[in-house]
Amino acid sequence: MSDNSLRLVWIYPDLLSTYGDQGNALVVERRARQRGLDVARLDVRSDQPIPTSGDIYLIGGGEDRPQRLAAERLRRDGGLDRAVGNGAIVFSVCAGYQILGHEFINDLGQREPGLGLLDVVSTRGEGERCVGDVLGDIDARLGLPQLTGFENHQGITHLGPTARPFANVRLGKGNGTGDGTEGAYNDTVFGTYMHGPVLARNPLIADLLLKLALDVNALPPIDDRWYEALRAERISSAQQPA
Amino acid sequence: MAGNSDPLSPRAKLAVTAGKAVAAASRAAGRGSGSVIGGRVALKLDPDLLATLAQHLDVILVSATNGKTTTTRLIAEALRAAGPVVSNALGANMPAGITSALAGGSDSRYAVIEVDEKYLSGVARDTDPKCIALLNLSRDQLDRAAETRMMAEHWREGLAGSKAVVVANADDPLVVWAASSSPNVVWVAAGQMWKDDAWSCPSCGGVMQRPGDDWFCGECGFRRPTPSWALSGDHVLDPHGSAWPINLQLPGRANKANAASSAAVAAVFGVPPQVALERMYAVQAVAGRYDVVQFMQRDLRLLLAKNPAGWLETFSLIDPPPTPVILSVNARGADGTDTSWLWDVDYTRLTGHPIFVLGDRKLDLAVRLEVANQSFQVCETLDQAVQMAPAGRIEVIANYTAFQDLRRRVGN
Repeated sequence: MSDNSLRLVWIYPDLLSTYGDQGNALVVERRARQRGLDVARLDVRSDQPIPTSGDIYLIGGGEDRPQRLAAERLRRDGGLDRAVGNGAIVFSVCAGYQILGHEFINDLGQREPGLGLLDVVSTRGEGERCVGDVLGDIDARLGLPQLTGFENHQGITHLGPTARPFANVRLGKGNGTGDGTEGAYNDTVFGTYMHGPVLARNPLIADLLLKLALDVNALPPIDDRWYEALRAERISSAQQPA
Repeated sequence: MAGNSDPLSPRAKLAVTAGKAVAAASRAAGRGSGSVIGGRVALKLDPDLLATLAQHLDVILVSATNGKTTTTRLIAEALRAAGPVVSNALGANMPAGITSALAGGSDSRYAVIEVDEKYLSGVARDTDPKCIALLNLSRDQLDRAAETRMMAEHWREGLAGSKAVVVANADDPLVVWAASSSPNVVWVAAGQMWKDDAWSCPSCGGVMQRPGDDWFCGECGFRRPTPSWALSGDHVLDPHGSAWPINLQLPGRANKANAASSAAVAAVFGVPPQVALERMYAVQAVAGRYDVVQFMQRDLRLLLAKNPAGWLETFSLIDPPPTPVILSVNARGADGTDTSWLWDVDYTRLTGHPIFVLGDRKLDLAVRLEVANQSFQVCETLDQAVQMAPAGRIEVIANYTAFQDLRRRVGN
């Protein structure tokens, strides 16, 4: 990327923007601008090609049929694979997270191939949907504070050897595997079940994406007082008995 | 049915009486109108009661994500030109509340009934409606509700083969999909500002093309039907091509759309548009919504907005800057407990308004507004927000339980 610009790609808002996850794009965009970056945000509809020269790609959650359609179109397009090959950073949520794995269960109850950009496989749980506030500890290697988010899914996501758990939940279901893991990541591709939106609840994850994209170790500080207040309230509220 | 003079069976009569007694006890205990608990008791005693009560009425059902309560009221006012009307005017829109409302309408000719989206198919089966008005469908409380497209599918299955005249919004692809299984549809071009739940064809999943006011699926040919009624600016166009001015006291484009749909419903029962519209002008506030109240020597206009589509329509009707705006959001059971939807609302539209935020989830709003680059003040109470607000009438926008809290505080 050029020194002072950031290309932010929001993938398929027509299919995967049902649960407020476009907030993730808004947060990354805002925090980049506050650091003086020139941000070009590109919203790519599912009948348009995915650009391969983006710096950060964001994918959100969606309903079951749109998830299948998005997987079909992303596979056919191939642009996201090439972007990851070029070193782009990808951050995905819920249905988008499942699409980045090897496969998931689609709306027809069939196994649907994903993009294989994350070493995970998703199936569908039999019981109740996982719905509610989540509290967790993000993988220590990432050096980030507690994870807070809202989950609303029925997925179960198993991690393969080259994916690391993004977090371990203290409250909530996360990957639904019963081992307490939540989300997955490798060097450049991240997946989580968290809404909220998750980057509004955890702005330092947004900063991590920016640092990876810019290849820097630190960013100038910005006024995070409202984020901090929201985090404190959500973390404390999650710990109250319902 | 036992006969015209005495339409209710002894069992149904007992159920109605028991329901009314419980409702009265609930009212006396200060627990609201008692209509829901009364209806629940009555339905338990006679599960067919809703169908029985509906038998001697011309039933009109109204459902949508937004505008149900207001449109129910507008249709009820319009149909009073043709005969007595019973209605669940306060928005108790599930079977128990509907049963309770109908039990109070033994002398009525028409029943104008608001129905929760999830219950539409069932209530339509029970009440054999003459007319069903479908206004819009969009994302709402996704932590507990079915997916929006699935709701359209559910309507479609429930309405297939219905004898009712379906009055449906031609500008909402999900509503068109739901209604087009019915043999008798009156299409109304009622408009829709929010488009983000229908970019994917409800029929085949193709990408929708939306040039101007038109829409169609480029893949399967599913497209906007030709409307016979339309909202055009401040006028309703009827099927004969006549334009009737809309002079509602209720504000906003969405209410003009509700009036257009209501006029189309009234025409099904022989009430001409000018008569129907004239009667709608009397409506000033609906269950406290749009009411201008006096509080701490200030004028406050109370606006209810529960989801992204509702906030979008609400932003379009508030007075221009520098009118102060108070926003209040809760996330209790009735609101949906996930506040992520706030990020689907475009708060940059409030630029220039002094903004004050409150409610259980004021901090979610604060972060949302910070990211939208808006200036705002976080307040603990309505009193504090009103005190801080600069001169002029204050627009107060709140979601469901936040709105109830505000009404309680201002004594409305």
